[in-house]
Amino acid sequence: MTTVSWSGEPGTSRGPGPFLSVRDLSVEFSTEDGIVHAVDGLSFDLEKGTTLGIVGESGSGKSVTNLAILGLHDPAHTKIGGEIWLEDQELISADRGTMEKLRGNRVAMIFQDPLTALSPFHTIGRQIGEVYRKHKGASKKEARDRAVEMLRRVGIPQPETRVDHYPHEFSGGMRQRAMIAMALVCDPDLLIADEPTTALDVTVQAQILDLLKELQQQFGTAIILITHDLGVVAGTADNVLVMYAGRAAERGTVREVLREPRHPYTWGLLSSMPRLNSSVDVPLKPVRGTPPSLLNPPSGCPFHPRCDYPKLAGPELCFNQRPSISPETGHGDACYLTLEQKRELRTAKIEDRA
Amino acid sequence: MTSYLVRRVAGALVILIIISAITFYLFYAVPRDPARAFCGKICQPETLALIRHNLGMDEPLFVQYWHWLVGIFAGREFVQFGSCPAPCLGYSFATQEPVFSAIVDRFPVTLSLTLGASVVILAFGILTGMIAAWKVGQPLDKIASSSSVIGASLQIYFVGPLLAFYLVDTMQLIPRPSYVPITENPLDWFTHLMLPWVVLSIIFTANYTRMTRSQMVEQLAEDYVRTARAKGMSSRTVFFRFAWRGAMIPIITIFGVDLATLLGGAIITEQTFSLHGIGELAVRAVQNTDLPMLLGVTIVGAAAIVLLNIVVDVLYAFIDPRVRLS
Repeated sequence: MTTVSWSGEPGTSRGPGPFLSVRDLSVEFSTEDGIVHAVDGLSFDLEKGTTLGIVGESGSGKSVTNLAILGLHDPAHTKIGGEIWLEDQELISADRGTMEKLRGNRVAMIFQDPLTALSPFHTIGRQIGEVYRKHKGASKKEARDRAVEMLRRVGIPQPETRVDHYPHEFSGGMRQRAMIAMALVCDPDLLIADEPTTALDVTVQAQILDLLKELQQQFGTAIILITHDLGVVAGTADNVLVMYAGRAAERGTVREVLREPRHPYTWGLLSSMPRLNSSVDVPLKPVRGTPPSLLNPPSGCPFHPRCDYPKLAGPELCFNQRPSISPETGHGDACYLTLEQKRELRTAKIEDRA
Repeated sequence: MTSYLVRRVAGALVILIIISAITFYLFYAVPRDPARAFCGKICQPETLALIRHNLGMDEPLFVQYWHWLVGIFAGREFVQFGSCPAPCLGYSFATQEPVFSAIVDRFPVTLSLTLGASVVILAFGILTGMIAAWKVGQPLDKIASSSSVIGASLQIYFVGPLLAFYLVDTMQLIPRPSYVPITENPLDWFTHLMLPWVVLSIIFTANYTRMTRSQMVEQLAEDYVRTARAKGMSSRTVFFRFAWRGAMIPIITIFGVDLATLLGGAIITEQTFSLHGIGELAVRAVQNTDLPMLLGVTIVGAAAIVLLNIVVDVLYAFIDPRVRLS
């Protein structure tokens, strides 16, 4: 592979940098009403063999970010800025042919609803096999054998007969397994799972998540797990990125973010989650207000209209200036409150629920 | 599959019988007396009664209908025409020819007209619709979309004579439309029907362009198409193998209806080009208050619709594995 020169940003020397590195990503859609800033200055890294959970409400830019990694946005209506590096390949500037070779091969994606995401017109075996044929140049026979093998690997009983069935003949959990088999058929280095368990019932959810973990341990795949369910993140991910209005609100290891959340939005997410050990009489506290319009994002910190503490950080700060995530590495968050203030508020807000 | 077809065909027969019965009764609901038309200007009551008797019109309606229905399956005897073997649809009041053989004579004309036009319509409609969907929002899309609207708003009786005037009379590029049996001379069959085909397709192609375009655009936005792209399938594969498959179903549905309508008689086209097909037969039957002929062409038109419906349903099952024939 040719060496691609780095974009010459001062101070960015990649060296043996992370496996996947998203730098200052922005995604804008032009619509009839104006420009939607779906993702705005997002950066994160991902190492091989680890899982990054991306959490946030609907419309926070989780899926948009990941579709950008695969280059699946319609170029006619989308403007993408920043950089996405997969090892030494930049993806935003890559041409169509390069991306087609990459998709399904090195980077694969699992979608939320396996019923609509699988073609109703083709057998499961064909849908799995065609990825293998396309990227590995396998024959029809080899592709079919591979499909059977993949179905067996994801735990579908009687894969030899199931391979010739259509998606509508599978149950919801089976379909998602087939979807995973399809995503993993070329042993991808990066797997993006976009709410892979949202459409499934709870027991099947756990099975699917276990399956992903197991496959990761076997093949060292890096996984991006998009979800709005912090419970899923707690059980599956190594690192967490909390997104709000197309930006990173908080980032850190699962332990850091769930144990010592720093951003008021993360507190809100956590306190809107039911817990087994809390009394059923204590009502859940949802984050008040609604997600901001991405057409006209609020000035300053995008979270300030829903935040309970914007005055604490100073008279005008949160209303006028956009906080960026700090510190640069490790457990960081985009909020002007001091660490001391955050600690006190968190104790008051979250721990009194227990 | 076989039992499905048997059931569907049986159902179709029931529908046809109902349609013929309704047509039969509606005919008599209209205050026009075919017997009086035969009788002439100075009509004696005895003559009228005799004509009525000869036409079988002095019997109660349901008896008349029963005779007609039985005639189809078993043939029947007429006082003035003699025996009429099954399938007997009676004799025309106006021309005294057997209805069945009149239809059999005319059907190849309508069939040639319809099938030839269908090929052109489908080929062009789907092609232009595909191009428009591929280049959605771009100039080529706009040209295809707007020209299809223009085509759809034209009328056969306007475009037909206009093209005939230029292509046949002035430039003498193609012969005047007429029907030459394909068994007699395939080339003449082709050239003599070219103009009607072209005119029919100018009108109908637009529908298929629009529908193919909108269906393709819709399908391309489907989740499974996005999955196909996420798997690394090329744009062409995504377009033709994934999106097209889903877009086909509504197109086939509408095509089935259009084809059946044309088979039942492309009345205006046949009149415009003086082609002696089923449509012309239907027009004459109405003008002449010719009940047996009217029933005959109605049954042909209805049969075309019911049978093509079955064909379309069977095709669904081939395209979409979720559709079960049961």
